[in-house]
Amino acid sequence: MCVVALAVCFPSITHATVAEICTPGSPASSASAPSGPTILPNIFDPHGPPARMIHDLSWLVLGICGGLFILVEGMIFYGVIFYRRKKNDKSKNEPRQVYGSNPVEIAWTIIPLLIVFVLALTTVRTIRSIELTEAPEGALQVVVIGHQWWWEYRYLDATLPGGEVVVANELHVPINRPVWLRLESADVIHSWWVPALAGKMDVIPNHTNYTWFNAETEGLYLGQCAEYCGNQHAGMLLRVVASKPADFDAWLQTQLASAVNDTSVAMGRDIFQEYACSNCHTVKGVSDGQFAPDLTHLMSRETIASGVAPLDPATLKAWIDNPQALKPGCNMPSLQLDTQELDAVTAYLLTLR
Amino acid sequence: MTTAPIHPISETSVGFGSRVHSWVISVDHKKLGMMYIGAGLIFFMLGGIEATLMRLQLMKPLNDMLTPHGFNQMFTMHGTTMVFLVGMPVLLGFGNYLIPLMIGARDMAFPRLNAFGLWLFIFGGLLLYYSFIGGDGLYGMGGAPDVGWFAYSPLTSKAFSVGHATDYWILGIMVSGFGSMTTAINFMATILCMRCPGMTFMRMPLFVWLMFTVGILVLLALPVLTGAQVMLLFDRFLGAHFFDPQQQGSVIFWQHLFWFFGHPEVYILILPAFGMICEIIPVFSRKVIFGYPLMVAATLSIAFISLGVWVHHMFSVGLPPWLNSIFAASTFLIAVPTGMKMFNWIGTMWGGNIRFTVSMMFATGFLVMFLFGGLTGIMLAVVPFDWQLSDSYFVVGHFHYVLFGGTMLAVFSAVFYWFPKATGRLLSEPMGKWTFWMFMIGLTLTFFPMHLSGVLGMPRRVYTYQPGRGFELWNLISSSGVPFQIVGVLLLVTNIIKSLINGRVAGPDPWDAWTLEWATSSPPPSENFPKIPTCTSPRPLWDRKHPEDPDCFYE
Repeated sequence: MCVVALAVCFPSITHATVAEICTPGSPASSASAPSGPTILPNIFDPHGPPARMIHDLSWLVLGICGGLFILVEGMIFYGVIFYRRKKNDKSKNEPRQVYGSNPVEIAWTIIPLLIVFVLALTTVRTIRSIELTEAPEGALQVVVIGHQWWWEYRYLDATLPGGEVVVANELHVPINRPVWLRLESADVIHSWWVPALAGKMDVIPNHTNYTWFNAETEGLYLGQCAEYCGNQHAGMLLRVVASKPADFDAWLQTQLASAVNDTSVAMGRDIFQEYACSNCHTVKGVSDGQFAPDLTHLMSRETIASGVAPLDPATLKAWIDNPQALKPGCNMPSLQLDTQELDAVTAYLLTLR
Repeated sequence: MTTAPIHPISETSVGFGSRVHSWVISVDHKKLGMMYIGAGLIFFMLGGIEATLMRLQLMKPLNDMLTPHGFNQMFTMHGTTMVFLVGMPVLLGFGNYLIPLMIGARDMAFPRLNAFGLWLFIFGGLLLYYSFIGGDGLYGMGGAPDVGWFAYSPLTSKAFSVGHATDYWILGIMVSGFGSMTTAINFMATILCMRCPGMTFMRMPLFVWLMFTVGILVLLALPVLTGAQVMLLFDRFLGAHFFDPQQQGSVIFWQHLFWFFGHPEVYILILPAFGMICEIIPVFSRKVIFGYPLMVAATLSIAFISLGVWVHHMFSVGLPPWLNSIFAASTFLIAVPTGMKMFNWIGTMWGGNIRFTVSMMFATGFLVMFLFGGLTGIMLAVVPFDWQLSDSYFVVGHFHYVLFGGTMLAVFSAVFYWFPKATGRLLSEPMGKWTFWMFMIGLTLTFFPMHLSGVLGMPRRVYTYQPGRGFELWNLISSSGVPFQIVGVLLLVTNIIKSLINGRVAGPDPWDAWTLEWATSSPPPSENFPKIPTCTSPRPLWDRKHPEDPDCFYE
């Protein structure tokens, strides 16, 4: 019932609950995470500066609001208990009529005014330290493009040899280095929200936003789109993998490589090119579709369908066969492939490491 | 049709048809007020069914009871219904019924405009609900709007919203909005021109003050929404680009327009509730309202400030720090007059001799619940905290505490308080007590856990959620509150029907109250008062009952 008790116990409650409930087979707790734990989207479990600054401020706010809650509810219940009409009171006498009291009324105007003044000052100070106008020194720069219903990430680091790295849905970053995100949208408004790293920032068409974070611990950070964006708003999950700089560099090298060209799956590749797949998906050197995730290094990811399903051969095949069964309302159509074609395409995609 | 014999329509006509007819053609503010409230309660049940379906869907993770599209329609229709077809008409209905009675007038200033407003609201509502059949046009199976109650661009553009579902949303709201605007004009004209002799502004009941302020807010805010909706129609049908990002239109512009309406709208929904509480708490505490002039001042400052806080719905849009700071400050500021009201209500209860009738129980429930919703509102005004909490389930929890725990509990309190005036019969108190506890339990079970799932990172408006993130338990508890609320609604409806038939006869003044509506019979006769009353103080009936100690001594 009471806010303060909630605030004090909260982090421990949530950790315990999560541990009890966490279902083993779910993508969120997949054992194949590269290294480090899965970090749940709990705003009271921050792992980097913007989220921690907010977390620290929120204790002050919870403290003040919790105190006010106890005080005022106490006043209400005091009135309810002590000024309740006695059961056997049948008298017609009215209590003393009090029309008001200037000192009392001035007091409960001035005191709240002072409280909100303090809150406003701390709020402004925190806004100014979080809302940056340019990238922090030495930041990794990534463009985030929101699509209905998946995320595209384009790495803009000038130091990258061999050009741009484009990936989908799983953002890889090094730990202890600021990451500066430029947020753009290809269609409607989305919102980029990984609570353990930073507050949310809307992803708006024709309006570029920026946000930043600095992951301090290795692990897989979960989040999801936080602005209603149509049918599969719920299926637009966010995954950020933070790893040691060396591991991050190694991952970057795999993404810079050109697509695997395995002749044993040539039939699958041909189907991929001839059917509608290539209209939307890019595989470097094979197709250059722009509407759907880049598949050049598909198999370096853990999930498909923007984090909705784990990436394993059976799920991948089911997804290609009928995307609407896995993610109803999504924009990928079923191409009505026959069994042979389906197997071939799946086999081809499984080679794209 | 052949010529039917013409019946003289009068109050004494007994046939069902002519009774319906007398209601349909009525321009009596009392009948119109009751029709507003009755229609609002019907829409309340429809909105409740939509909410129930959502809570069933969210009972467990990865549930597939509803399709994503179906769920999105449900939350859009639930929000739109509750705000535009329940909150506003029910509150305007109470205003309609009570304002002339409270200020000692025979009717509203413009009775026919008043009836026009009611029927616009009803047809607007029907138009919106017709979308379930006509929404996707001839080539679809029908479908309600699925763009959310604030219908953010560009989801509402032709590209992302094919068919006519969004058009039904625009037109339904626009039509009922015109109704609300005429009613607001009517309230203001009535209050300005038709007060009985002796009723100065500072002797008006606080409910009347609050409704006057609501009239101002409706007139300032609602036309902005209507204008924005016209622009959206231009975009959709005439190829305009107001909100089209591909042609350098601005989607943020829609948000500014919508929330310039949307935030005052929140106060349009809560101020009448404040007004009801201002009338009910003093009567059952047997004590004059504490600090009447401060209450009036607080009301006016809430209305004024509420026109300058809308950006707090947009803190995560990426607006510049200085703008966010200004709107954070104005949002904090509005907590001060709201706090004054809270303290003045408590000040009224203290030192009183409180009779806990069902009406007073609901009024106390309002204080307890609204306080919680108000404090979470302060948390949301802390911009950085809002970057985490906005658009999460925390916000859903917050505004349900304000609108259900606040507005609806006050409405239930008002139903129990004024039902005897409107019908001449009292509602059953034992059944009312059950209703109260069902709602208190249901409300807490459903809406408190939403704050927790929000803090754990669950965004609002998701048709389902992933297991393993800690959302399961809180969503299950949320859903478990639904049966309690359903029982509460059914008890209330049964109580109303039963009491209409054989409720205890109330008499003109069952609560020993002090404002002018209790000076006439229950139900009041046509034209309200046999003789226009005069007013000597904010509590004219207190003065009559206590000639030895009248209020006018203290003015």
